[in-house]
Amino acid sequence: MSVRIGVVLFPGSNRDIDARNAIEVAGAEPVVLWHEDADLSGVAGVVLPGGFAYGDYLRAGVIARFSPVMRAVSAFAAEGGLVFGICNGFQVLAEAGLVPGALLRNRSVRFVSREASVVAERPDSPFTSLVGGRRPLRLPVAHGEGCYYADEATLDTLERDGQVLFRYVRPDGAVALPGDPANPNGSLRGIAGVANAAGNVAGLMPHPETAVEAILGSDDGLAIIRSFVESAAERARRGPLVGVGGR
Amino acid sequence: MSADASFRYAVNVTPKDGILDPQGRAVEGSLGHLGIAGVRDVRVGRRVELTVDAVDETAARAVAERLAGELLSNPLIEAFTIEALGATSSTRSGTRSEIRA
Repeated sequence: MSVRIGVVLFPGSNRDIDARNAIEVAGAEPVVLWHEDADLSGVAGVVLPGGFAYGDYLRAGVIARFSPVMRAVSAFAAEGGLVFGICNGFQVLAEAGLVPGALLRNRSVRFVSREASVVAERPDSPFTSLVGGRRPLRLPVAHGEGCYYADEATLDTLERDGQVLFRYVRPDGAVALPGDPANPNGSLRGIAGVANAAGNVAGLMPHPETAVEAILGSDDGLAIIRSFVESAAERARRGPLVGVGGR
Repeated sequence: MSADASFRYAVNVTPKDGILDPQGRAVEGSLGHLGIAGVRDVRVGRRVELTVDAVDETAARAVAERLAGELLSNPLIEAFTIEALGATSSTRSGTRSEIRA
């Protein structure tokens, strides 16, 4: 039996179908989790998909943070369950305090919809284990508030503790700092994705789930989705999630 | 909790000092088109007005503070001030208010 991965559906989610497709391509079974149900149906991992949950009213992600399903997601995360927030899902996780930092309006003040290159900074996280090192991955970005921000002390801590999972890079592989055209939104230190301290909750601004088949323009995202799915499957095989640390 | 009075507040939320505010910068950049000079340090925030039903002003302000800190602003990047707009009615009878988390 293939592993079951939950995809949360908020009012305004619009990448949920892409997420479900990516999970299937990665060999797992997607399970839709309704935002009003504080129940995860026993899934092995949870994806918070992209979109505009609750219309992005007030601040992107903040209303979704208080939805019933997020109580269940928080409890699942606290037990070591794998949670992956993509784009708007990253914004929800940041607003909920499940990953560090905040996503500010893009430095350009424009919605950006194009391709970006990122590298995985850790070869061993549950979200990057099958990526195969620090090679540039071509992924679409589509967001208005994707500028990663945390104060300097927090950024230093994230780097020291290996919580920076992905960074935007230039064609030559160098990190794309704010102001570099290869950094689509002005994210500090080129950060595109981060994990919590335990390593089991991650947010990523670009969209690996819409880059899982060559016909979509890139299949570079599949290694990320497969890393997540297989890590969730491995944890499910090991039995109940109790006090599982990330590293 | 019984609510005897209503208090109206404005919560003003602004980007914290040092946080890049690209909207403020865009507004500032447009001022030249209006032929206006000598305006700087534009910061764009939001203002939320709300009425709180509570037993007294202290209780009402506590609710407004909690809302401002937990929902209306993100403490990592934004600061807020609460402005009292005055009691909207001195007495209310037979009403109850619930405060939902």
